[in-house]
Amino acid sequence: MKRRDFFKLSLKGVITAGLAKGLFELVKPEHILASTSNIRRVFLIDAQECCGCGLCIKACKLENEIPYESSVSRTWIERYVLTKDGKVHADATNAGKDGFTSTKIDLGMGKYKDIKKEDIKKAFFVPKLCNQCENPSCVQVCPVGATYQAADGVVLVDRKWCIGCGYCIMACPYGVRFFHPKYRTAEKCNFCYHRISKGLKTACVQACVFGSRKLGNLKDPNDPVTKTIMTERVWVLKEEYGTKPQVYYTNLSMEVR
Amino acid sequence: MVHGEVWTIKELFVYPNEFIYWSIQIVMYPFMTGLVAGAFVLSSLYHVFGVKQLKDMARFALVFSFALLFVAPMPIVLHLQFPFRGFNIFMTPHFTSAIAAFGIVFSAYGAIVASELWFIYRKHFVEIALPLKEKQDKTLFEWFKYLVFCALTLGVYDISEESLKRDEKAIKILAGVGIPVAMFLHGYAGFIFGSVKANALWMTPLMPVIFIMSAIVSGIALCMLTYIVTMEIRKILVSRKKKPSHMPQTTEEIKGVEMHVIKMTARYLLFFLIAAISLELLDLIFRGYTAVKSWDVLRSVIYGRDFVDIFILQYGLGNLVPFILFLMPGLTIRRAVVGTILVLFGVFMMRWNVVIGGQAFSLTFAGYMHYHLPIIPHDWETFKEGLGGALSIFIMPFVLFWIFNKIFPVFSFEKSH
Amino acid sequence: MKNHVFRPLLVVIGLVAIVLIARLFIVPKDFGVWERGYMYGWHRKGNEDEWKAVKVKFQGREYCKDCHSQQYSQISGTPHFRIQCENCHGPAIDHPSDPPKLNIDRRRDLCIRCHSYLPYPTTVRGKIKGINPDEHNPGIECVMCHNPHKASKPI
Ligand code: HEC
Ligand code: HEC
Ligand code: HEC
Ligand code: HEC
Repeated sequence: MKRRDFFKLSLKGVITAGLAKGLFELVKPEHILASTSNIRRVFLIDAQECCGCGLCIKACKLENEIPYESSVSRTWIERYVLTKDGKVHADATNAGKDGFTSTKIDLGMGKYKDIKKEDIKKAFFVPKLCNQCENPSCVQVCPVGATYQAADGVVLVDRKWCIGCGYCIMACPYGVRFFHPKYRTAEKCNFCYHRISKGLKTACVQACVFGSRKLGNLKDPNDPVTKTIMTERVWVLKEEYGTKPQVYYTNLSMEVR
Repeated sequence: MVHGEVWTIKELFVYPNEFIYWSIQIVMYPFMTGLVAGAFVLSSLYHVFGVKQLKDMARFALVFSFALLFVAPMPIVLHLQFPFRGFNIFMTPHFTSAIAAFGIVFSAYGAIVASELWFIYRKHFVEIALPLKEKQDKTLFEWFKYLVFCALTLGVYDISEESLKRDEKAIKILAGVGIPVAMFLHGYAGFIFGSVKANALWMTPLMPVIFIMSAIVSGIALCMLTYIVTMEIRKILVSRKKKPSHMPQTTEEIKGVEMHVIKMTARYLLFFLIAAISLELLDLIFRGYTAVKSWDVLRSVIYGRDFVDIFILQYGLGNLVPFILFLMPGLTIRRAVVGTILVLFGVFMMRWNVVIGGQAFSLTFAGYMHYHLPIIPHDWETFKEGLGGALSIFIMPFVLFWIFNKIFPVFSFEKSH
Repeated sequence: MKNHVFRPLLVVIGLVAIVLIARLFIVPKDFGVWERGYMYGWHRKGNEDEWKAVKVKFQGREYCKDCHSQQYSQISGTPHFRIQCENCHGPAIDHPSDPPKLNIDRRRDLCIRCHSYLPYPTTVRGKIKGINPDEHNPGIECVMCHNPHKASKPI
């Protein structure tokens, strides 16, 4: 009986210690208190100024080591061509990495549709990238805490901790996530975190020829991007999902998906 | 190549990063957990509600549920890009994710089933372990067997009348607690899908309930099927006069018992089948009636591209035909076999239509993705996420059942609780 | 234990204890709830630094200015000045030590990204002077006739 009692006691001890440590790790109040960052990264895209050259995609893929020939990309360009018969034609072949060089719309499965100049009502390009949402649904669903939001609002993926379940990919309404062809973990745009944390522009912003892409800090009232967002008419994508996306658009059209 | 690119064909406007990331293994996952939950509920009907007619089925269903239990997480593990990191969900669980609690809910459920089994078979373990202990020069195999069964008794050798009474009480409580947990386990698999707000087809609060109902349907069907198969084998054994000491019946007797059990369970099967179909139809009607933004693309998938999969294979062949088969008077064993197989197929198609169908259209609502199941594997990935992987998962519970049957004898058990 | 009924429970508690103890060893020390709370900020802090430590590849135009002043001055003032040098020459990374020479891409593909004419009047693209790559001197590299740094028509 004595031995058993000792066993019981030590077991209880181990459990309480383990639980206490576990709970303590779950909630560390000092981390939450010391959080208020004075940076909130946002993006501003002027859809009018995008020429569809795809140099931003090229720069992004090279900068962030996404195999160039693979079909996935952290950022991409979509082309919308609206014809006079009221139809919307859209494509984003190869994420637009080689630019849009032909009037033929890619219908998938090896089919193309050529649209004549006379039929076009309006046409435009829309660059897309991760929205670094204020309420990122991808982060909410990560079962292990391998993707998270940093203090400045950027959502990052921990390549050493990701188990590769794909739940975040399914949860993103914008389709920005994918599995990295080489590292096989979830991958996404992180506003070139290594560049912006050194004060540089993101690779795509730097590469953009007509200044369609801009990076800003929403918490800095003197930032020109913030000024535009505050004073002009801006739009965000798929607001209805409640994710509060932080990539703002000007000159966008309702046909954009 | 990017994960998913091998089996995805895109049509019209699809975002570049979109592929069918959740493929056959994620179809298998709710299918298998469904079987687990269903089998357990079936066994509990006897233990908790005292449905006497299910007595024979109950113990069998429980052991089978235990075998399935080990297989249920396999599809997820196979699907993970890093299977060995799967343990992380115990290390740093992020409970805002529906998947995070999977490990915990699942283990809790596993503990309940295992404990219930332990109480049922405790006497059996002791009865094997004690004589072996007495025995002088044990062979190597006997040593092994002795150690296994000793461990299985968990150090309790008390099989007095009184302690067995307590066992029975524990079984009843566990079976009772097990039902909500089994429901939860599976409803929760439905929640994993139903809570993905980005997916227009998945997002509905009905999803968990639909999953539970179809889970019970499939669980009952599988138990019936396996029960029939084992009974048939017994019949053959008996008719060959290779009558082992523990099965004293004649072919006719077995047949009588078998038919009785099957008729009983078929009634429950039908009940849950009706519940499942009504919920699914409710969901469909509601979507069509409210016709929100996503309805255009959903309609084109449901009534167009996936029409055969949904209405012919799932509702027609998988629900309507077995429904008629079971309702027609004069149920025979052969008809029951056809019926249960069709029901299983129907539930599988339902999972397929949810998982694959949910990814058949793009987030743009203006494009489609077609899934091509890799049949001939050319690397590990196309094996595990192809026909080979799915079949292995499907066969595994039967192999495990065969092994477990050696430890928890399902049929030779004389005195039951 | 007087009552054997609780044996399975003991086993379960033992397993839970093992997992909790394993956590102490396996979970990195800096894993916890950070700035954005448990919902959005449950992560390994060290990973942020891992991302910050990724190597910068694109240097930007000003980096080239001193060594390639000829090209720099040539291109400035022309419509091509808005194009970053590295858009055409690839990321400089540690150039000139590594790689010692940047790639010179003379393929037509590079130029037709912008100059293949698309009839999209509502965007900047429609305003760039464009050609039809299938008709405008096909098969010959553009730089045979045009100076990319001057964005000039051949004389
Ligand atoms: C520290 C001085 C230095 C800087 C800064 C520099 N380069 Fe160079 N670059 C060189 C040298 C030296 C060579 C080798 C020239 C040679 O071997 O003919 C070279 C070669 C090249 C070549 C190949 C020329 C040829 O004839 O093959 C290109 C293209 C080039 N650099 C582009 C760039 C660009 C674009 C940048 C800015 C991002 C840049 N360089 C920055 C020194 C520099
Ligand atoms: C529109 C694309 C483009 C841009 C922008 C561009 N280059 Fe070039 N560059 C070329 C091409 C094409 C050649 C090859 C020219 C040839 O073969 O005649 C070249 C050649 C060169 C060379 C090799 C020596 C030479 O003149 O032939 C150097 C060095 C160079 N570029 C530097 C630069 C620098 C520095 C910048 C930025 C200030 C820059 N380039 C911007 C396309 C570009
Ligand atoms: C990022 C897009 C872009 C790329 C890539 C580009 N250009 Fe240009 N190019 C322009 C723009 C913008 C102009 C100014 C056109 C205008 O004002 O209408 C221009 C002007 C020109 C002109 C002068 C046309 C005129 O009549 O004034 C020539 C020639 C030219 N580019 C040749 C080239 C060649 C050759 C290349 C490939 C090495 C090239 N461009 C790559 C954007 C580009
Ligand atoms: C064989 C020499 C040659 C080649 C090769 C060539 N061009 Fe030209 N390009 C010309 C000449 C000559 C003109 C002036 C014709 C004119 O003004 O109508 C011209 C004019 C242009 C213009 C101005 C058109 C306008 O409307 O003002 C652009 C832009 C241009 N070329 C781009 C390119 C691009 C891009 C390529 C490569 C894909 C290319 N060229 C290849 C000879 C060439």
